[in-house]
Amino acid sequence: MLNFVLRRLVIAIPTIILISIFVFTLQKLLPGDPVLAMAGEERDPQVLEYLREKYRLNDPIPIQYLNWIGNALRGDLGISLRTNQPVLDLILEKLPVTFQLAVMAMIIALLIGIPAGILSAVKKGTFIDYCANAIALSGLSIPNFWLGIMLILLISVKWQLLPASGFVSIFEDPLRSMSVMIMPAFVLGTALAATLMRHTRSAMLDVLKSDYVRTARAKGLQERTVILKHAFRNAATPIVTLTALLFGELIAGAVLTEQIFTIPGFGKLIVDAVFNRDYAVVQGVVLVTAVGFILMNLIADVAYVLLNPKLRNLA
Amino acid sequence: MKFTRNALFISLLTMTAMSANAQDLRIGLQSDADVLDPDQSRSFVGRIVYASLCDKLVDITPDLDITPQLASSWSWSADGKALTFKLREDVVFHDGTPFNAEAVARNLARSQMLPESRRKSEVSSIEDTTVLGEYEIRLNLKQPDSTLLAQFADRSGMMISPDAADAAGKDFGLKPVCSGAFEFVERIAQDRIVLKKFDNYWNKDAIHFDSVTFLPIPDNTVRLANLLSGDIDILDRLAATDLNQAEASDAVEVVRAVSLGWRGMTMNIGNGERSNTPWGNDKRVRQALSYSIDRNVLNNVVFNGAFAAGNQPFPPNSPWYDKESPIPERDIAKAKALLTEAGYPDGLELEISVPNTNVPTQVTQVIQSMAKEVGINIKLVTKEFATLLADDSVGNYQASQLGWSGRVDPDGNIHQFVTTGGGINDSVYSNAKVDELLNAARRSADQEERKINYDAATKIILDELPIIFLYHQSWIWGLSPKLKGFKSYPDGMIRLEDVSYAQ
Repeated sequence: MLNFVLRRLVIAIPTIILISIFVFTLQKLLPGDPVLAMAGEERDPQVLEYLREKYRLNDPIPIQYLNWIGNALRGDLGISLRTNQPVLDLILEKLPVTFQLAVMAMIIALLIGIPAGILSAVKKGTFIDYCANAIALSGLSIPNFWLGIMLILLISVKWQLLPASGFVSIFEDPLRSMSVMIMPAFVLGTALAATLMRHTRSAMLDVLKSDYVRTARAKGLQERTVILKHAFRNAATPIVTLTALLFGELIAGAVLTEQIFTIPGFGKLIVDAVFNRDYAVVQGVVLVTAVGFILMNLIADVAYVLLNPKLRNLA
Repeated sequence: MKFTRNALFISLLTMTAMSANAQDLRIGLQSDADVLDPDQSRSFVGRIVYASLCDKLVDITPDLDITPQLASSWSWSADGKALTFKLREDVVFHDGTPFNAEAVARNLARSQMLPESRRKSEVSSIEDTTVLGEYEIRLNLKQPDSTLLAQFADRSGMMISPDAADAAGKDFGLKPVCSGAFEFVERIAQDRIVLKKFDNYWNKDAIHFDSVTFLPIPDNTVRLANLLSGDIDILDRLAATDLNQAEASDAVEVVRAVSLGWRGMTMNIGNGERSNTPWGNDKRVRQALSYSIDRNVLNNVVFNGAFAAGNQPFPPNSPWYDKESPIPERDIAKAKALLTEAGYPDGLELEISVPNTNVPTQVTQVIQSMAKEVGINIKLVTKEFATLLADDSVGNYQASQLGWSGRVDPDGNIHQFVTTGGGINDSVYSNAKVDELLNAARRSADQEERKINYDAATKIILDELPIIFLYHQSWIWGLSPKLKGFKSYPDGMIRLEDVSYAQ
């Protein structure tokens, strides 16, 4: 097992290097001069030139890249061109925020998606199935930003039940933190719940047709035990992989959700950084995201192996 | 024993009472501030934070007169080459350092010398400073500069603790130390900036909040939702499109002021190859475009009439507005005649670069449909803002829809846009007479003489149209009805003196 994990980690290294080169060059291709974006309304040529020199923007791109990656390996991701804060500090400050949002959204997605998927598979072709499918379809097709704004207008403005936007750390004030985050987590979670529900349903349908389920039923086991212990357990493996992959989608969805609800997380960090041509921040965030995504996949693979004994020999 | 217990009880009671009265004011900003160092800062929202954090040498009244703040009085020498300030004697910085002439000298030196300083051009006319006494300082100028005093009503005049500045260097913005009504507590990027009341503030009787929290909420709808739900008390820049909704609500009080800035279309007259078109070469074509636009309709359609139509770098309510050149009426016949005269009886095409956000796009679309009626076919090229700026500065445009946030002194609204070699002269317009008039206005300390020069320059600019001025934004604030004492200022700042919760 350890061997397997180590092997996967080594394979990840070239991937990360490739991603870092890709991101670095890609954003250099973005039109617009970062120094001009930084200068704002006042454009003193002396200052512009000083900044270009200081951030070594006059160097050839490969040299800029080597400088950056060299520093990054030593744990120095540079400083934000806009606020002068160290990029690593910014990332560490934002990471827990998005993590909390992602975990809450994932819990909501799992709580809705899996039971709904099981139910609609078991009640295939009935009214319940159609209802669940209709809800799933709307979950997938309603845009995040629309649902977000509607919830804010209804719940915060009309009923005044929850705060409209912002963020409070869970360690600072757990209750307030939950009340602020529940709406964005719901918005982010519903889209995922739909995907999860669809996959759970088809995985369950496959399994329910198999021989061992029929055998289990023939043995006279309770329907409940057949579905949860025999069928769902086997249907769960692809869902675990999917859940891990969905984490990528979660981060992507967080970009929009954080923008709507003004949550100072990872997604908002990168969007604002792109608009301000804050190169150091964009690079840092993408690098950290890539590493995180690779780690998530690794965890999924490990979980896969743990759930499916057949794969243990391969590992 | 009993006494101690009673005392303890009473002090506990007072503490509870105090904390119950602890008043936090929450302000929703349109975007996050950049670095919080007045010398390095460049964003408008940053200045809103400074209004509570950093006092300036002078301030403005709502009518744009200069009024004392940290300086109690000032005087110009007869030749206009020396400006002497007398300073308040009861001011300390947030770190306890006393404020005096020495501190002013060190602040001005920092604005001029710090490599990252964005204030260099604003204070470039200062040769050196002479400390005349503990609370008196003279600025010796290289040449007369009547714009200088107004600069001190903005970031150049913000005084920071010189000791803290020396210790922190360029990182000063991470923990700013000034002398304003509130001192810095913490900042979480893109989330909040928290300030608390400064106990030794010279004007503390006018301050009625224990803390202020600034929350950047970029989405207009969400920012308004926060005000409606009571999560914020003051909303910075209500969208003109939300005005009706806000005015209809009991939960919002709307306050407005026409801004100092302008919006318009910069025409590429001499910036690179793309200036070599009828639009760059023939002022009649530009005049035709200007005549095709009904500026009042534009204001009504896009902004619910909340802004001010305009045709000059100064809004019509400004003392610097040239009343002899009023906003032109829309005149289709005249526009067509001008086009024919210029040799384009069948009309011609124009490409306008527009930032890819709602309002500028709508404005240009309205202009597009108005111009079509005189035979000008406008093509919109939307660009992301940073790209637009870069393209404009190298001349990769025919016309570009941009604006300026405005300055207190009229010089700041026009000089660098139209003088030869001006810092933001993206049009690369050059006219010796305009240069002469605007430079003279910059040197003169006599307001009437300045006005004559600005009027003359405005007439030439309106004839040659390197920039077609369109309208002036209004600052629109949304306030919680429980607030009282808020005063609107044309510079868009939120000043908290005498603002309080209604009892």
